[in-house]
Amino acid sequence: MGNTSSMLTQYDIEEVQEHCKHAFSQQEIVSLYQRFCQLDRNGGGFILTDEFLTVPEFAVNPLSQRLLRMLNSLNFKEFVAFLSAFSPRVPLQQKIEFIFKLYDSDNNGKVTFHDMLDVLRDLTGQFISEQQREQVLTRVLEEAGYTKDSMLVLSDFVKILGSSDLKMEVEVPVD
Amino acid sequence: MSWTCIAPTLKITTRPDPPSTSLTASSACNSSSLHFRRSRFGLGAFRDLLDISPTLTEAAGAIVDDSFTRCFKSIPPEFWNWNIYLFPLWCFGVLVRHLILFPARVLILTIGWIIFLSSFIPVHLLLKGHDTLRRKLERLLVELICCFFVASWSGVVNYHGPRPSIRPKQVYVANHTSMIDFIVLQQMTAFAVIMQKHPGWVGFLQSTILESVGCIWFNRTEAKDREIVARKLRDHVQGADNNPLLIFPEGTCVNNHYTVMFKKGAFELGCMVCPIAIKYNKIFADAFWNSRKQSFTMHLLQLTTSWAVVCDVICFCIDNLIYGLSTWVRDMISIRAGLKKVPWDGYLKYSCPSPKHRERKQRSFAEWVLRRLEEK
Repeated sequence: MGNTSSMLTQYDIEEVQEHCKHAFSQQEIVSLYQRFCQLDRNGGGFILTDEFLTVPEFAVNPLSQRLLRMLNSLNFKEFVAFLSAFSPRVPLQQKIEFIFKLYDSDNNGKVTFHDMLDVLRDLTGQFISEQQREQVLTRVLEEAGYTKDSMLVLSDFVKILGSSDLKMEVEVPVD
Repeated sequence: MSWTCIAPTLKITTRPDPPSTSLTASSACNSSSLHFRRSRFGLGAFRDLLDISPTLTEAAGAIVDDSFTRCFKSIPPEFWNWNIYLFPLWCFGVLVRHLILFPARVLILTIGWIIFLSSFIPVHLLLKGHDTLRRKLERLLVELICCFFVASWSGVVNYHGPRPSIRPKQVYVANHTSMIDFIVLQQMTAFAVIMQKHPGWVGFLQSTILESVGCIWFNRTEAKDREIVARKLRDHVQGADNNPLLIFPEGTCVNNHYTVMFKKGAFELGCMVCPIAIKYNKIFADAFWNSRKQSFTMHLLQLTTSWAVVCDVICFCIDNLIYGLSTWVRDMISIRAGLKKVPWDGYLKYSCPSPKHRERKQRSFAEWVLRRLEEK
């Protein structure tokens, strides 16, 4: 599916569904396609950063820049795969993996103190000093049995977040 | 034009401003602060800090569907020509609209323009000395050409409520769907409207004909423009002889299913605000002008090749409402026209949202973090 035509064939829908491991129903994929075309104003087959930022609700989100790095130049199939972490049909493991990938900005499979500090900075902005941020993070890490130099891997995240009632679901409106 | 003066008189004195509509964002913020329970167990606190799922869910929710983009989507009507009996009927309808109605309407419009120009130009040039008479005639002629325009779309407009009158210190506000709102209202009474200056033939008409009814132009892209325009507005409402001023406080065309936030400019002129609600009936034509997708010429052509443009114009009689508040007036218009309210500023179509929304969320999260720090 190179360029976005306004027609989605049954074959395309099934292909996308396979790719996202059945995280979405076929009607949801059609809805997502309409949304994709709506956001992809210039019809290039990819949603550009600026086009995402035209959604004010997204632009005001503190994590929008980190998400944009992951959303950059996604075609429709990858767009659906990206959103599949937010489907109620996927296991908790996949959602935790998504969160891990967001933290792991250099994609080396390890989340460092620095990565966690970056995310904390995005979430708190200028309302707390850098020193206080480091203090809190060090303290919380030590309480949890890690140190400032620990590098967390995915299994650590699963251990920490796995037992929580993590709610990360989005409803795709189906006409 | 039928007048039904049954709009209820609303006795309203100054009313406290309702609490600002908190965006869905801040309510989600509250739910995320519930997440941050006090936890004695070390892992628990770490979990709370690492768990960014509420913020991520909001972002993903915005990607999948958001209330702002919905305001500017042309919602197509339901398909009715889907079977073998109705489809040929629809095709026949298309032929009738394009080959019979369209030429007839273009003819009506041409006749209208000829009558208008042959009266307007002499009046404009010859009556230079007699300003009051000239203005009166020009007003009538502009009303006339608007009637011709509305006839060219087979427009059926139902007017409810009292007809606007020429009085100083009075401003009319209406919801905005398309530039034809102006034409529909102008047919009722000559208004002086404040509009964005457009390029092309529309701009030409703006600077020649509409100038005579006292219209004011602004340019969205110029920052200094706001003060100049504000001053022009104030001068206009003071003048006893000027046409009633019409403002579209949304600042942009919305699809007639929603209203975006009203700009405060119209409500700070120190005069009475009279709302007008405009609701188009989509059965025959969708009057929403999606300025990103179509030029105004294409929009007019689309209307001229539809069956009819049907709308309701509701004017309110308001006693004692001296200083209308933008949120209160917006509520009135939205309820009356059956529109849903959306807490966004229409100008976000052209610019990024202000950082204060993001800062609100950041502040609430930061407060939680600081409390955590102080706990020990």
